[in-house]
Amino acid sequence: MQTQISKEILERLENDCRISPRNLALMLNKEEGEIKEIIGELEKERAILGYKAVIDWEKTDKEYVTALIELKVVPQRDGGFDKIAEKIYNYEEVQTAYLMSGGFDLAVILEGRTMREVAYFVAEKIAVMDGIISTATHFVLRKYKEKGVIYSLDERADTRNSML
Amino acid sequence: MIDYNKFLSPRVTSVKRSGIRKFFDIAEEMKDVLSLTVGEPDFITPRHIRDEAIESLKKGLTHYGSNNGIFELRVEIDKYLKRRFDLSYDPKDEILVTVGVSEAIDLAIRAILSPGDEAIVPLPAFVCYAPLISLTGAAPVIIHTKMKDNFKLNPEDLKAAITNKTKLLILPFPNNPTGAVMEKPELEEIAKIVKETDILVLADEVYAELSYGFKHTSIAGLPDMRERTILVNGFSKAYAMTGWRLGYACAPDQILSQMAKIHQYAIMCAPRTSQSAGIKAMRDGDPDIEYMKNDYNGRRKIIYEGLKEIGIDCFEPKGAFYVFPSIEKFGISSYEFCERLLYEEKVAIVPGDAFGEPGEGFTRICYAYSVSHINKALEKIDKFVNKIKK
Repeated sequence: MQTQISKEILERLENDCRISPRNLALMLNKEEGEIKEIIGELEKERAILGYKAVIDWEKTDKEYVTALIELKVVPQRDGGFDKIAEKIYNYEEVQTAYLMSGGFDLAVILEGRTMREVAYFVAEKIAVMDGIISTATHFVLRKYKEKGVIYSLDERADTRNSML
Repeated sequence: MIDYNKFLSPRVTSVKRSGIRKFFDIAEEMKDVLSLTVGEPDFITPRHIRDEAIESLKKGLTHYGSNNGIFELRVEIDKYLKRRFDLSYDPKDEILVTVGVSEAIDLAIRAILSPGDEAIVPLPAFVCYAPLISLTGAAPVIIHTKMKDNFKLNPEDLKAAITNKTKLLILPFPNNPTGAVMEKPELEEIAKIVKETDILVLADEVYAELSYGFKHTSIAGLPDMRERTILVNGFSKAYAMTGWRLGYACAPDQILSQMAKIHQYAIMCAPRTSQSAGIKAMRDGDPDIEYMKNDYNGRRKIIYEGLKEIGIDCFEPKGAFYVFPSIEKFGISSYEFCERLLYEEKVAIVPGDAFGEPGEGFTRICYAYSVSHINKALEKIDKFVNKIKK
C-alpha cells in the first residue's frame, strides 16, 4: 500500500531520477532521512525498478536500429502467455515486452546494430519458438518522444526573454 | 537634420531608460548562459485554456469586444475574486478588462494623478510605477523597503512620506523582485494610515495566487478599503498566461469609469481571443493554480536553502517566484557581482538596482526554472562566491 508521500516521490523521480533526496525533502516538507528511507523501501519492494537516462543515440556514432515486433502466440496450458514471454524477454536484445489486447498478443521492442541483425534475430530466435504463430517486424524510422522526453531540443527551448 | 528634441515631449524624454540595459544585452548575446533572470512562469498555459482560445478562433470570434471586456469574462472575474479572495465587484461597472496588468496600472495612475500631485512607491518593486507617475507630471515619492523588515512596507515610513500632496499609494505585494508579502495584520496598519490621511491605494496583486504558506489578503477586502482601492490583477502569473496580455482593474464606478475612458480611446478593448481563454481559465483553472503554486513552492525552498548553504544572506520570500539575496558583504556593487558572475561562471541573475536604487546591494534570482537548472546554477554561484570571498 503506497502512501501519498510515496506516490509524490515516485512521480517526481519518474520525471527526474537525479533529483536528490535533499531536494525532495525540501519540496515535500519532509526530513531528508525520511525521504531516503521511503526510497529504500520503494526500491526493496521493486516499485522503483531502476534509474536510467533517456539517450538520443543519433547524437553518437553508435550504430543501432530499433524494431517493434508484433507476435501472435498460442498460450500454453501451464502459464498461459507468461512462459513464452519470459523466454523472449530474457534475451538481452529485447528492451521491452508487453502482453497486449487486440490484434496480436505480445509486443516486443528490441534493438540491434543493423536491420539485418534484427531480422536474423527475429527469424532465428523468436519465430522458431514453440507457440509462436506469426511475427510482424516494424522498424523505427525516427524517434520523436520517449518517456515523456521530446528528442528535438527546439520543441522545448526556453523562449522567455523578458527579464523584468 | 531634424532636431527631434524640439518635437519630443520633455515628460517622456526625461524618463530614464533602465540603466542596466547593457547588462541584459550582454546576457542575451552570450551563449550557454544559465539564466535565472526571467520575470515570468516557466509553465506553458494549461492545454484546456489554449484549446478554448483556438475554439474561439474556429468559431470566428475575431471582432472587437465591448470596451470594458466581454461581460461573461467580467462575471467570471467577480466570481473568481469572491471564491479566492472574498472580494466582490459589480461586473457591470466596477470591472475593466485590460491589456495585461501593466495597462491597468497605467490607467489607474493617469486617472488619479495630475501635475503637482505625489504618489508613494515602495521600492524595490517592478519598474513601471515611478516612470508612469512621472509621465503624468506628478512626483513619485520613494519609500525604501528594507531587508530587516522583510521588504514589507513599514507603516512609520509610510506616515513620514505622506504629505498634503499625496493622492496615491502603490502597494505591489506579493512583490517582484523581493518576494515580500504583506499579511492581513500588516495591511490593517497600512489601511488605517490610508484612511486617516485620506489617500487612495493602487494594489497590484498580480502575484496574489503565488503566496506560500498563508492565504493572500487583498487590502480591498479590509473594512472601508474597497472604496479607496484600485485593485489590479491578471492572468499572467496565476495561469501562466504572460503572452496573452490579459489583466483587469476593479474599483468603485466613479474611478473605474474614468479609467475606462482612457482605455476606450487608447486601447479599444483587450484581445478577443485572450478574453475567451480568460473565461476558461477562471471557470476551470483553480487546479492549475494549485499545481503550479505547489511546484514553485518546492523550488522556492530549494533555492532559498541553497543560497543559505552557500553563505549568501537572504530573507525567506513568501510570494511570487523570486529570491532577493543580499550581496553586500562581498564588497562589490550589484552590477559588478552580476556582471562577474555572468562572465566568470556564465550564470545570469538581475542586479537589484534594476528595480530602483534601494535594490543596490541585492540581486534578484528567479526560480521559475527546473530543479536541475536551479541546482546547476547554485553550484556555479557557490564556486563564484568562494572565489570572491578570498
